Amino acid sequence: MDLAVRGVRHRYGALDVLDDVSFDVASGEILAVVGPSGCGKSTLLGIVGGLLEPSSGSVTTGGAAPQGCLNPVTYVFQDFALLPWRSVAGNVALALEPHRLAPAERAERIAAVLALTGLAAFAQALPKQLSGGMRQRVGIARALVVRPAVLLLDEPLSSLDAQTRLLLTDELLAIWARERTTSVYVTHNLGEAVALADRVAVLSRRPGRIKALLDVTVPREQRGKEAARGALAALEARLWDLIRDEARLADRERADAADE
Amino acid sequence: MLRMSDKSAATPAVAARTAIAFRGGGFVPGRSAWAAAAAFAALLAAWHLASATGVLPALFMPSPGAVGIALWRLAESGALAQHVAVSLQRIALGWSLGVGAGLACGIAMGLFTLARAAGLPVAMALFPIPKIALLPLFILWLGIGEASKLATIGLGVFFPTVVGAMAAVDNVPRSLVRMGQSFGLPPWRIVFSIVLPGALPGILAGFRISAAIALILLVSAEMIGAQFGIGAFILAAGNLMQTDQLLAGVALLSVLGLAIGALLTALERTLLRWR
Repeated sequence: MDLAVRGVRHRYGALDVLDDVSFDVASGEILAVVGPSGCGKSTLLGIVGGLLEPSSGSVTTGGAAPQGCLNPVTYVFQDFALLPWRSVAGNVALALEPHRLAPAERAERIAAVLALTGLAAFAQALPKQLSGGMRQRVGIARALVVRPAVLLLDEPLSSLDAQTRLLLTDELLAIWARERTTSVYVTHNLGEAVALADRVAVLSRRPGRIKALLDVTVPREQRGKEAARGALAALEARLWDLIRDEARLADRERADAADE
Repeated sequence: MLRMSDKSAATPAVAARTAIAFRGGGFVPGRSAWAAAAAFAALLAAWHLASATGVLPALFMPSPGAVGIALWRLAESGALAQHVAVSLQRIALGWSLGVGAGLACGIAMGLFTLARAAGLPVAMALFPIPKIALLPLFILWLGIGEASKLATIGLGVFFPTVVGAMAAVDNVPRSLVRMGQSFGLPPWRIVFSIVLPGALPGILAGFRISAAIALILLVSAEMIGAQFGIGAFILAAGNLMQTDQLLAGVALLSVLGLAIGALLTALERTLLRWR
């Protein structure tokens, strides 16, 4: 399934957050969205996912959803958004609850995503018993259990420590290597963007506009390898060149914007 | 290469080394198992001593032993069971009615804009009235019997429950509700699977407050017009200057309050294991 974002603008009261954002995500493509903090990245993803109403503009999908898809446009949240009173399996099961499924298929789907995310042994654990990395694995498992057509990831690794972030980056690569789900990945971490995405959209500071769209030219299979490091680092540096001044100005504007 | 420093090698000059003394601690309170028991024992001993030496006149403040004996006699005669049963029934029924209605209204106000816009100002306006002031009116409406006492207790716990339940629903993270919406959960399922379980800690915390209010109103209502019940018993004992009986009644109330607290703690432990 592909995604088309056309002329999206958004205002919070008197504050212009997004200004005429348009881009396409091809079927099976992984697009990273980066930009200085407060540039409206998460707002943009909220609009794409139907969780926020844009002031104007439209988001459309096209093409067929994969077989067994229950929730075409599916979210992975920054703060995990797990129900603390439900077990790991119970949290994953929540995503299936609005759908009529045979008990066997339900159990099979849950077991499959728990195995895929390395959570099989923790099915009955409560979120409070899990580390941050494990909690986000639950968030990812819950998103995958509905076999999404478009996966929206809102800074999924930003509340994790640096080492756990690297581990989960590899796991996300492995998940996408199995099945190329069309994805939009919002992050402020440029290394993550070039490691995971096919293309990177750079947003300007608020009001956010698309400032640049860069292809990540290193093939995905080679990104973990030593030889690819130089090319990825160069790309990351290019992204930082595009963002640095925006980030500096955004930082100053933030100090002025006491009314936020 | 790194090497661990060797003590024998590091003492050519007798350079005095300074140990870094522990200075943390952070004022973290410690534990003391015996202090509580000792405090109670000291209090009882002082009371007993004051009674035995006549500092406390027995007529106005009987000794702890005398209160104990009064309690024992009450239990033996069956009067204790009768008063406690009547009081328990009143508080259980009045509290349940008030809390039931309060939860329904408070949760509705937490969920629905219109219910909140209309209900919150009304609740806020009526909340500060000490509900015991309405007992005479309830007696006129409902008679001197049980109904007026239940109405007082029920109304007294209703408003704090409304406000508490609404706040508990408000405190459920919006991100969890949005998560439910992002997976296409229908609204009623979001309410039952996300909002209500998420509001439960706040609702149970509110039970503690409403139970304390109910206990105060129970005793007050029983003192205004009742034959049986702990409040009526205490008032009657006071009128007859039976201070040992009076204090026995007060001791019973303290036990009742503690028992209600323990019950709520047990309820929280069972229902909120996930916390």
